[in-house]
Amino acid sequence: MIERSPGGDPEPKPAKRSAAATSPAEEAALAARLERLGESLEARRTAEEAEKSRGRSSGFGRATKIASEFVAGVIVGGGVGWAIDRGLGTAPWGMILFVLLGFAAGVLNVLRAEGVVADAGVRLREAGRNSGTPTDRSDG
Amino acid sequence: MAADKVDPIHQFHITKILPIQVGHWDVSFTNSSLFMAVVVILTTAFLVMATSGRSVVPGRWQLVAEMSYSFVANTLRDAAGKSGMKFFPLVFSLFMFVLVANLLGMIPYFFTITSHIIVTFCLAMLVILTVVIYGIWKHGFHFFGLFVPSGVPAALIPLVTMIEVISFLSRPISLSVRLFANMLAGHITLKVFAGFIVTLSAAGAVGMAGSILPLAMAVALTALEFLVAFLQAYVFTVLTCMYLNDAIHPGH
Repeated sequence: MIERSPGGDPEPKPAKRSAAATSPAEEAALAARLERLGESLEARRTAEEAEKSRGRSSGFGRATKIASEFVAGVIVGGGVGWAIDRGLGTAPWGMILFVLLGFAAGVLNVLRAEGVVADAGVRLREAGRNSGTPTDRSDG
Repeated sequence: MAADKVDPIHQFHITKILPIQVGHWDVSFTNSSLFMAVVVILTTAFLVMATSGRSVVPGRWQLVAEMSYSFVANTLRDAAGKSGMKFFPLVFSLFMFVLVANLLGMIPYFFTITSHIIVTFCLAMLVILTVVIYGIWKHGFHFFGLFVPSGVPAALIPLVTMIEVISFLSRPISLSVRLFANMLAGHITLKVFAGFIVTLSAAGAVGMAGSILPLAMAVALTALEFLVAFLQAYVFTVLTCMYLNDAIHPGH
């Protein structure tokens, strides 16, 4: 088990140890290592940031993302409609209605994945915060 | 043998290693099960061994383990806030499982378990069921407020709610399809280009020279696949965090 979060605070621990440590040579070596660690952490963080921002523009990744979002909506809509038809014997109306709703949900998924429409949770929280002024973000 | 080599789908075949039959169910131990077990054992062994030293100045392996810890912890904290940290064991296990499974699949002749949609779908269902059960347990009926956006004319609420519900239900599908499609497509592409090399180099000196092109492509694709392996594990984790966020704070 890792008991501590090593992300933000690699500095204080070696410092604590160096206070208890003995020779100044060791201290210098530790300081050098510490600096290197800080550098590599920084490099890693910037690399991650770059990857995060690039993740949006990577063509194939984006294509699969959007395609899967849209197809998932249609499939679930069709599935729900089929199940309702089967359960209630309303064929084919359930299927017709829910496939159409599924298309709408697929479009909603895609817009959400692209950040055009705020997430349901986010939107609700915002609406809750400044209640009285309903925020409609769908025009964005 | 030759047909076997250029068949890019062959690598996804499930073979039974230890056939077991319980009643009507076939619960055989397959190559997929084997690699899942390998992934779990490898991950556990790595983390246990890397952190057993517990030195103040981390060694190489401990550093990798701590980096993966802080990476997932930061992702979860960013997406779901401090209260999301109670889901850290789940999210970290998922991230490590998907990442190690993806990377292990990059080794030639190894089976890629995440290239089967049933595996990724089960992982996605695990996430969504956690979200739904925790959300209902924590917020009760209030959790369903997630599906009723405010600021919508009353006449439209049934329609919008229905769309929101379908959109929510489609989450596990898009989550699983994304991981599965990326791994499947990547491995097939890699195999096809590798097949080109074999076919071309069998066609004399000109083919030998020509096979350099697909070889370069295969090398580049391998690098890309390693990136995709990491990226998809990361995407899966981020989306898990976002969905958990909905369960923790479904809006009020």
